[in-house]
Amino acid sequence: MAKLDLVMFEEEYKLLQEIIGRLQKDAQAKVVFLVDKNGQQIAASGDLKSIDATSLASLTAGNVAATDGLAKLIGEKEFSLLFHEGEKDNLHISIVGKRGILVVLFDQNSSLALVRLRVKKASKELQDIFDQVENRAQTETGVGARFESPFSEITDEDIDKLFGD
Amino acid sequence: MTFINYASREINCKIVYYGPGLCGKTTNIQWIHEQANPEKRGKLVSLATETDRTLFFDFLPLDMGTVKGFKVRFHLYTVPGQVFYDASRKLILRGCDGVIYVADSQRARMEANIESIANLATNLKENGFDIRTIPYVLQLNKRDMPSAATVDEMERLLRFRNEPMIEAVANKGTGVIETLKAAARQILLELQKS
Ligand SMILES: Nc1nc2c(ncn2[C@@H]2O[C@H](COP(=O)(O)OP(=O)(O)OP(=O)(O)O)[C@@H](O)[C@H]2O)c(=O)[nH]1
Ligand SMILES: [Mg+2]
Repeated sequence: MAKLDLVMFEEEYKLLQEIIGRLQKDAQAKVVFLVDKNGQQIAASGDLKSIDATSLASLTAGNVAATDGLAKLIGEKEFSLLFHEGEKDNLHISIVGKRGILVVLFDQNSSLALVRLRVKKASKELQDIFDQVENRAQTETGVGARFESPFSEITDEDIDKLFGD
Repeated sequence: MTFINYASREINCKIVYYGPGLCGKTTNIQWIHEQANPEKRGKLVSLATETDRTLFFDFLPLDMGTVKGFKVRFHLYTVPGQVFYDASRKLILRGCDGVIYVADSQRARMEANIESIANLATNLKENGFDIRTIPYVLQLNKRDMPSAATVDEMERLLRFRNEPMIEAVANKGTGVIETLKAAARQILLELQKS
């Protein structure tokens, strides 16, 4: 079954956020994002006002998906790292585990070498948490196994309300 | 793959508009973008050719309000309909929660509609989904065209699982929101089952 919902609990989320925050400081990056391969933002740290985070997440995921496709075409499993160099700002994009993408935006206050080094360390920690989340998803059949799903009684009215009528 | 974040109390759902070239997928989400409350919509990202054909995808994030205390957010994507972009279409279906199939009502496009549904079935399968069970809505678009086939005819050719079927004129906005709503209903009801 392909539909493994990604369910994130408070504790895990806090841990992820902590790692991302630390990475941003240690790497002297402007912004660090953790995005899932389907284009949804999971955690972020840094000067978030300067950037459209939702578009960034979606385009990064598209970029990684296209690059994955290219990798398969030439018989590689994946390219684990993408680097885009701009005049002022650079993007360092790397894969974490099976479904995470780590995006680091940095300028001349940092360097590729430093970013690489810090990303390596953070990736390991992030991977551990992802594994946890994944394992839980596999061993328990959905959210319901751990506690009552809040969505068990969605009514037509709830849905109408979403559309404002 | 619905992303439920219990920490920030958010649900994110990915909805993909599928269908043959020029059937009106991009027009659907452009209309939604124009109509949506500016505070609730994100930026419309379009990766298109110089002639406005979708090259990779269009993307529109929408904040929908709350269900059971959770903020519901839709991520709408369109695929490129032109046949030779198949590799890209496959990628965009990755992790989707529901599909809106946009059919072109013009008689001359009926074969393209049928082929595109078959293509959708294959690409869903390669992503681990089943076209018979995934949340799915059929939109009959371009009802205003003089050469439009009858609804009965289209139903016979394109409807295969008693899915909601909605008539639309996407560039005028007719049926656009109704279609999205039908998809939203199925996806949220699906959440109950998990
Ligand atoms: N008459 C009429 N024209 C429509 C309707 N919906 C879309 N169009 C027009 O059809 C053309 C193609 O629409 P798009 O939305 O770009 O088509 P698409 O499905 O995104 O095409 P690709 O990106 O190539 O897959 C545009 O000129 C639209 O204005 C409709 O309901 N009626
Ligand atoms: Mg398009």
